Amino acid sequence: MNSIFVYCEIEEGQIAEVSQELMTKGRSLATELGCNLEALAIGHGLEGIEKQIFPYGVDVLYVADDKRLYPYTTLPHTAVIIKLFQEQKPQIALMGASSVGRDLGPRVSSALHSGLTADCTSLVIGSHEDKKAGKVYDNLLYQIRPAFGGNIIATIINPDCRPQMATVREGVMKKEIFDPKYKGKLVKLDVSKYVSDTDFVVEIIERHMEKRKVNMTAAPIIVSGGYGVGSKENFRLLYELAEVLGGEVGASRAAVDAGYAGHERQIGQTGVTVRPKLYIACGISGQIQHRAGMDQSAQIIAINTDPEAPINAIADYVITGDVSEVIPKMIKYYKKNTK
Amino acid sequence: MKVYKMIVLAKQVPDTRNVGKDAMKADGTVNRAALAAIFNPEDLNALEQALRIKDLFPGSTVTILTMGPGRAAEIIREGMFRGADDGILLTDRAFAGSDTLATSYALSRVLMKVKDFDLIIAGRQAIDGDTAQVGPQVAEKLGLPQVTYVEEVQKLDHNKIYLKRRLQNGVEVVSCPLPMLMTVNGSAPACRARNAKLLMKYKHAKTVTELQNSNEDYLHLYNDRPYLNIAEWTVNDIEADQQELGLTGSPTKVKTIENVVLQAKEAKVLSTSEADMEDLMKELLASHTIG
Repeated sequence: MNSIFVYCEIEEGQIAEVSQELMTKGRSLATELGCNLEALAIGHGLEGIEKQIFPYGVDVLYVADDKRLYPYTTLPHTAVIIKLFQEQKPQIALMGASSVGRDLGPRVSSALHSGLTADCTSLVIGSHEDKKAGKVYDNLLYQIRPAFGGNIIATIINPDCRPQMATVREGVMKKEIFDPKYKGKLVKLDVSKYVSDTDFVVEIIERHMEKRKVNMTAAPIIVSGGYGVGSKENFRLLYELAEVLGGEVGASRAAVDAGYAGHERQIGQTGVTVRPKLYIACGISGQIQHRAGMDQSAQIIAINTDPEAPINAIADYVITGDVSEVIPKMIKYYKKNTK
Repeated sequence: MKVYKMIVLAKQVPDTRNVGKDAMKADGTVNRAALAAIFNPEDLNALEQALRIKDLFPGSTVTILTMGPGRAAEIIREGMFRGADDGILLTDRAFAGSDTLATSYALSRVLMKVKDFDLIIAGRQAIDGDTAQVGPQVAEKLGLPQVTYVEEVQKLDHNKIYLKRRLQNGVEVVSCPLPMLMTVNGSAPACRARNAKLLMKYKHAKTVTELQNSNEDYLHLYNDRPYLNIAEWTVNDIEADQQELGLTGSPTKVKTIENVVLQAKEAKVLSTSEADMEDLMKELLASHTIG
């Protein structure tokens, strides 16, 4: 049976979190389907990279190592993927819904005429009956994602075209080592057979990558604000509460769009996915896209002036009131009871 | 001075950012009538980049290309009010149900027919799908290099463009030869407002279908002022392979759509009173959720 491929993003010799999460998901899908999990690492100076990859249960790792392949540029990376996919014909291909994955994924899908679903929140194997054509498809990849402003959840399938391609945001899938001693097969690609000189027309003149300043996926407590917080000034209250409780500040897309918080703090389908011990949603109405990024939190407190806000339905505590009134009281009684 | 021929890919989208309570019908389907149709926000950022190039290189032209139902001509006019020279509306029932791949195929057929362009500029993604796929897919179909997440055009000399990209964890400056396709990020400068003179000039710009459906008393105007005619293309104008269009040409199929129904948890409802707030914090401390 054809394999599952994961494209590994590599920055400074490190496999990206999202790629590790996708290999974890890929391993469980491959086991369910009874096929190989394969991975692809493209870059430069990749000796030993397999040590970071095989423990996720990768059966075959293809490495394309060439000075010109790092840092990432679109055309050479897509050229390698397209040719390799034509040779290996994977049934499923997964990539991160990152700056890189969302740049190359559509290009690969266009070249191979295969379907690509962006920002999936869940991937499941299932069957499909096309009643009109009288055909039954087994073992399809259900690519599940919110759509249309989050009012609906769509299950997308690619019945006929291969590979079935999906991108997934960092933090959506869990990362787990499959077997630290897992031994896969290493295949080094002859890069000159995969790329041509014309693939290098885009040149990187300058590049500044920042270490991530905000690490919300690791925070045990997240105080998150929505459009209902009302202003950047009011957002300061959230920082105060987060500091007192030892947590991080998150934001909904609406709050980010309104300029209350930076993009790096956005939680939801198009931001990061978090699973903290406690999630305090301040002035967040709770569209599905936001909930997709936080509904696995162990405890949820919703603070909202609207008693009908959708967020309340998944909350453990519902406080109907104004953020600027509630947060100072929370700080006050936290301090009083921890002294 | 060199002039550039630019095509801006734009989409009319339902304003999913302002979804009200009446956005969903009782049967769980989307109530499109309750959502305003707008110029996709990042496509406006793309238009602004094109207009800036036009400002720097007078004589350059900006054409808006959009695929959609007849009323999508509204965004072509909107673009013309802000400085675009003309537009092409690609509209046909044959395109209904297109996924991103079938859409990019249809758009690429238009561009192959237009042929003579230097830059294709699109928004990074549309707010109704958030896929960010059509730009790169169009570039691939045309065999053009692409630069995504553009925030600024730093330099344009003859056949090379220098672009600043905004990435998840950083920035990049790249150079790319023309012709090329770029997608513009929402962090790029906002689009300029409508220009009063252009508004007067293009107010009555119409597609053929719009003209047929209107009781226009001044039909001769459209002969005298050719700029008032918005090009309207159908499937017959783009020499397309029918198998590649619409639902048939879309590898992705929607299997199911579920309305989001929330299963309400048993939540503790609290007031903002001092007593309730103190109880809450005590409870969270007792369960070691905090502290």
